[in-house]
Amino acid sequence: MATKTKSTKQESVVLKDYESVIIFTPVLSDEQLKEAVAKYRNLITEAGGELVHEENWGLTKLAYPIQKKSTGFYHIYEFKSATSFVSSLELAYRRDERIMRFLTTSLDKDALIYNQRKRNGEFNQNKNKQQEAAKK
Amino acid sequence: MAKPIGKANPMMVFNTTPDATQRKKYCRFKKNGIKYIDYKDANFLMKFVNDQGKILPRRLTGTSLKYQRKVSEAIKRARHIAVLPFGGDLLK
Repeated sequence: MATKTKSTKQESVVLKDYESVIIFTPVLSDEQLKEAVAKYRNLITEAGGELVHEENWGLTKLAYPIQKKSTGFYHIYEFKSATSFVSSLELAYRRDERIMRFLTTSLDKDALIYNQRKRNGEFNQNKNKQQEAAKK
Repeated sequence: MAKPIGKANPMMVFNTTPDATQRKKYCRFKKNGIKYIDYKDANFLMKFVNDQGKILPRRLTGTSLKYQRKVSEAIKRARHIAVLPFGGDLLK
């Protein structure tokens, strides 16, 4: 039994779920932003990862200035990858001058359910109603 | 146990909040079955922060310890990605 489990581990690398939020500098043009986003998308998939979902908030106002800039492009990757890949991804983030701030978190099972439901738009309906009510 | 509020009840003088007006606090996460707190949702996290941007204590919000830990973690993450401010006056 013990030998069997060992062999299966070696064959397939265990993929874990992660979520990465990146803030790009607002000085980028649309093309530069697309290129930068594509770079990390490729990085994830090339390393044997699997991109689950991607989200772009566009130019968003920051709660406080970062590098003397008050806005930034938010981009969110939700992906599956080997655990060892995260450090190399973050190293690439740090070396990139276009990235002002990043945060990579591992997702537990509740987070996965939440993200799935959010993508299906189950929360947006209530929120939109609340926002409309607040406007009125 | 419902005592009449007001005169000639010496115990009520020291009991600053009468039972009629005080509602029992409850944990909103347990009650509504919320298991994951999204650190990217600024509007939701604003409920757990005072107008200086500080995290509100459990005794004010009524959150259970398990979820208070998650709330504080989510707020700290939100601060890192500039979704919530670290501090400052007149937030709300």
